[in-house]
Amino acid sequence: MDDQISLRVTRYRPDKDLEPSWQDYDVPLREEWTVLDALNHVKSDLDTTLAFRWSCRMGICGSCGMNVEGEPRLTCATFLSDYAPGPVRVEPLGNFPIARDLVVDIEDFMEKLPRVKPWIIRDEEQSVDDGEYLQTPEELDAYKQFSMCINCMLCYAACPVYGLDPDFVGPAAIALAERYDLDSRDQGARERLDVLIEHEGVYGCTFVGECTRVCPKHVDPAGAIQRYKLKAAQQSIKAFLLPRALQS
Amino acid sequence: MTRSEQAGDLLYRRPISVWWWTRKRTYFLFVMRELSSLFIAWLVLYLLLLIRAVGRGEAAYADFLDRASSPWLVALNLVAFAFVILHTVTWFSLTPQAMVVSLRGRRVPGAVIIGAQYAGLAVVSAFVYWLVTR
Amino acid sequence: MSTPRMKFRIYPFIWLAFSGGGVMAAVFLPALAFLFALAFPLGWIDAPDHDQIAAVVGHPLTFLVLLGVFPVILIHAAHRFRYTLYDGLQVKHKGLVALLCYGGALAGSFATLVFLGNALTA
Repeated sequence: MDDQISLRVTRYRPDKDLEPSWQDYDVPLREEWTVLDALNHVKSDLDTTLAFRWSCRMGICGSCGMNVEGEPRLTCATFLSDYAPGPVRVEPLGNFPIARDLVVDIEDFMEKLPRVKPWIIRDEEQSVDDGEYLQTPEELDAYKQFSMCINCMLCYAACPVYGLDPDFVGPAAIALAERYDLDSRDQGARERLDVLIEHEGVYGCTFVGECTRVCPKHVDPAGAIQRYKLKAAQQSIKAFLLPRALQS
Repeated sequence: MTRSEQAGDLLYRRPISVWWWTRKRTYFLFVMRELSSLFIAWLVLYLLLLIRAVGRGEAAYADFLDRASSPWLVALNLVAFAFVILHTVTWFSLTPQAMVVSLRGRRVPGAVIIGAQYAGLAVVSAFVYWLVTR
Repeated sequence: MSTPRMKFRIYPFIWLAFSGGGVMAAVFLPALAFLFALAFPLGWIDAPDHDQIAAVVGHPLTFLVLLGVFPVILIHAAHRFRYTLYDGLQVKHKGLVALLCYGGALAGSFATLVFLGNALTA
């Protein structure tokens, strides 16, 4: 077995380059190494100028998302040996503008996420003296899957609709809206619906399903979006047929 | 393919090729699934023309069936039929992801939802067959 | 405390028609296409004679059912094809595409009404 593998990495220096280029690095092909380990080897031993994001290196922070051989992946969860004999193409996370080398500008997602109000909304806050909001295990199960999102944005990289129409709110944001809508402690479904019923909300999605396929936490954002479409449609029918009934 | 200086920043925005959907098998299947819409519209048109022929009488109906057996039309309809099957299979398999069905507090498994749809298809198909050939 | 009226958006209703049409297409078209586009013209199965088929096509129930089913399938197809053009071919004339697609569905729905009406056995 070869003990080396070649990484073909995107380089982009905003002050010097008008467009990105490739740079090849030979790294050791260690059985237990991830692509992130290889990148860190490059930075420490071969080329300190390479820029990339990472943090926990164990698949929970969501920082290290990149396109490996064209697929959006967490580089800390992607084994180098799976690509032997290589070369392995490592590019910045798809559908986001490149800031430098493998670092993308995520401002668009940072702007969209708060738009769906991903927090508990109450008509009236309980006083702290009244204790916690109680929740049964069944009530937790209703939204738990959607709460596993680590905001890694692999789903945005996979979504062709987001790639073609950057106005689209996107899979993770909608999945998180659903997470709060389904939370028994939350009363903010109506506020989120007002945001997501717009064209760039849920109805921009054409159910490609790629977001669900690449999600490292099995959130199933595509499922969340389709359920949301149905929910919004049901609310629309109710509002149309019984407008007064929806005022409480 | 240069950096967009119109955006006033030094970020590089990668363009999306018109052929983006050929690069990954799942994207290709998606576009094929969406393209089935064209053939579904064709088949509805075809059935409408058949209905028109039936309404015009025996000669028109016989003439229609005759033309329908011409090689080009058969080829088109074979392709269209394949796309209808693609539509049906993908539609049925996606339904459980799009809808959560609960029965007596328990979530109905996806396989049951899919099976129920195929059962519905079988019933409708059998009914149509019977209606038309009895 | 009263919540303000939910804003009206046409899109959910279009999506409902799209979904309904998708179900109708998935359930009705396989048999209809197989019989009338393949089996009967090619003689795999004996085609019904004119009296038989006219009785089915001209039946008031058939009229009602197909008048519901065909237009909604056409809306489904129009809606889906519209997005195929936007995403697949990246056609930029969005208004024109929408007009042509839904316009086609409308024309087909009208044709459904006319042809079924003519075939109705009074």
